[in-house]
Amino acid sequence: MKIAYDEMYAPDGSVRKNYQEYSKWLQAMPADVIARKREAADVAFHRAGITFAVYGEAESQERLIPFDIVPRIIPAHEWTRLESGLRQRVKALNAFLHDIYHDQEIIKSGRIPAQQILGNSQFRHEMVGVDVPEQIYAHIAGVDLVRADHGKQLGEYYVLEDNLRTPSGVSYMLENRKMMMRLFPDLFTRQKIAPVEHYPDMLLNSLRSVAPKGVTNPNVVVLTPGQYNSAYFEHAFLAQQMGVELVDGLDLFVLNEIVYMRTTEGPLRVDVIYRRIDDDFLDPKAFRPDSMLGVAGLFSAYRAGNVTLANAVGTGIADDKAIYVHVPEMIRFYCGEEPILSNVPTWELSKADDLKYVLANLAELVVKEVHGSGGYGMLVGPTASRDEISLFREKIISNPAGYIAQPTLALSTCPTFVDSGVAPRHIDLRPYVLSGKEVTMVPGGLTRVALKEGSLVVNSSQGGGTKDTWILEGGM
Amino acid sequence: MLSSTAEHLYWMARSMERAENTARMLDVTYRMSLLKQSSLEAHHEWRAMLSISGLHEDFEARYEVPDSAHVLHFMALDEKNPGSIYNSIFTARENARAVRGSITSEMWEALNATWLEMRRIKNEGIEADGISRFFDWVKERSHLSRGIAHGTMLRDNSFRFIRLGSFLERADNTARILDVKYHILLPSLRDIGGAADYYQWSALLRSVSAFEAYRKVYRDQITPKRVTELLILRPDMARSLVTCMNEVNRLLHEIDGPRATELIGQCALLRSKLHNDKIDNIFQYGLHEYISEFLEKIYDLGNLVNTTFFWPADELKAADTVSSQKQLSY
Repeated sequence: MKIAYDEMYAPDGSVRKNYQEYSKWLQAMPADVIARKREAADVAFHRAGITFAVYGEAESQERLIPFDIVPRIIPAHEWTRLESGLRQRVKALNAFLHDIYHDQEIIKSGRIPAQQILGNSQFRHEMVGVDVPEQIYAHIAGVDLVRADHGKQLGEYYVLEDNLRTPSGVSYMLENRKMMMRLFPDLFTRQKIAPVEHYPDMLLNSLRSVAPKGVTNPNVVVLTPGQYNSAYFEHAFLAQQMGVELVDGLDLFVLNEIVYMRTTEGPLRVDVIYRRIDDDFLDPKAFRPDSMLGVAGLFSAYRAGNVTLANAVGTGIADDKAIYVHVPEMIRFYCGEEPILSNVPTWELSKADDLKYVLANLAELVVKEVHGSGGYGMLVGPTASRDEISLFREKIISNPAGYIAQPTLALSTCPTFVDSGVAPRHIDLRPYVLSGKEVTMVPGGLTRVALKEGSLVVNSSQGGGTKDTWILEGGM
Repeated sequence: MLSSTAEHLYWMARSMERAENTARMLDVTYRMSLLKQSSLEAHHEWRAMLSISGLHEDFEARYEVPDSAHVLHFMALDEKNPGSIYNSIFTARENARAVRGSITSEMWEALNATWLEMRRIKNEGIEADGISRFFDWVKERSHLSRGIAHGTMLRDNSFRFIRLGSFLERADNTARILDVKYHILLPSLRDIGGAADYYQWSALLRSVSAFEAYRKVYRDQITPKRVTELLILRPDMARSLVTCMNEVNRLLHEIDGPRATELIGQCALLRSKLHNDKIDNIFQYGLHEYISEFLEKIYDLGNLVNTTFFWPADELKAADTVSSQKQLSY
């Protein structure tokens, strides 16, 4: 594979403008001080219990997500463009969701085949005709961006996926910043770095703005599957930062289509639920009857308009990988604008020509399950063994519509501390877009880094780490 | 506040208090057992301790001889024993984890660090650093979390449910510790007034950090009656039954709420009984019987806390539907 775009160094080895100040600082920093600071960060994360659980690993059920002290630095002008592209994209996705659960204009116009939407298991027929406040479905979106050279376009940003169900990771964005400021306060006096600390306030405002009609002082809660969920730390963290209650299914009950929480002084009405439980488990009466995590009767209260769920039920259709290819067209259709951010070129294996090409070139491509997430169920051709490739070939042939394929992008790299010193490692970026009465965001997002040499998989469940993400303010 | 939050805070505090008191109880038994001439006598003491904790059957099912090594392991480190110090600390930490949003970060970090250290100790065994040092460590960690609660937490109902858990548990444990001595001492009446007797009662006093208090209050030799009076009836003694009940009573009045009437009434009854009791009458009635009845009442009070604040019958019914579904799905 060709050499990837590096965030810090230009191909001639010189330091890029946005990293010059940091690079000077890093070079002046004695190695033993850096080593001590890295240890201090580990201890602090451990003590604070900022951990996540890994599915399928019996041993060490709680793991730290490795934190790297070299920040990912993005110049202001790049961020300005990214931000408008993200706002545009999320607006279009929300318009799409409202449309397909109401008039389905985009199907009527012939821009997306009806089968791909109505026949998709992520389409929730129960949501057809249900009105939600402000017509917002994806209140919290985590859009994964990657950066790669593409022809003459050096370091071009691409949208890899839109996470519109229950995107996680924002707590790491906040904790990473806190950690950097604690370890290296002087770095923040050397240049102006856009703050991110107000995210919880923004989130709370956004959630309050979509309360059911007529509710003036909404009671907002965070609904978690429970403390053994991999992202429990984040659920608790966000509830605490917003100053709202963290609840699980047993804390809530529904009476006459009103949701209440159980308190020591008796039942208290709930208006907005930031839920971190998947659709399927929300309500045993409406969805999976074996769900122990949800609240019986919640969906009927929701349909009656007595409670707001964020994100809405049925957003999974819009971040499905089969629908992903249509997002640029959605932007043209709903916003009447050209997309600011590009998709990664994608082959749809439901199309015969695409399928033929992909099967002939599996060793060079990345193949993903349409409904998969979290880095599970995908094939990275260049690093896969022959056996893995032939196994995947069979899976594809038996169900071509279940897969898409993309070129193996040489994701950009960023210098990262590893056992042997500092070395380039591949990264991505997940900014968070909040939609309520208005669309708001904090500058930056969560940078994830694949710590294994050559690896392109940044998911924390697959050995990824994280970095602080800096948007430089001012003329850089 | 959320019922479940109150429940977690309450059990967080109860479990940490229990870890501390188990350490105290083991400490006193350990000291007393050192005095015994024969291993048979020592076994008797350890067995008495197990039966007072209600854990003798569990122990006998898995261990053969109730000697100090086995009982210490069972009570301190055994992960299959729900009452072990190891499990109490685990439970305290898991409950804290569930409500970390409702406690200060110092509070959570202290409990988490305690748990991480407990895991290390379990791997190395408590003999590694010395048995007494282990007991001291458990007590210190308990003091620390109580101190952090006092020094950092908002004086709201979160704080009160933590205190409620501590004092109910402490009342239970002080009563049990008194009973340990009683069980052990009764068969050896010949010892009364002897050196061994003095040593045992002073060990008991030390185990509840009351040795200095005793000297200050009575300025006289150690007698069973006075020790008992100190630990049951003295309102200025930090771990006495009457002090615990005074605190529980005050906390319940502060928490209050539309459902709390019966609970507050029951608590007031128990408290006023303690205020009216005299030590001579208690001895006439039988100390062991007196303590057994107190333990029952404390147990009932705990149940009433549960149905008043955490799981009122109507809400429990709704949850039962969920848990019966849970069974179906397995």
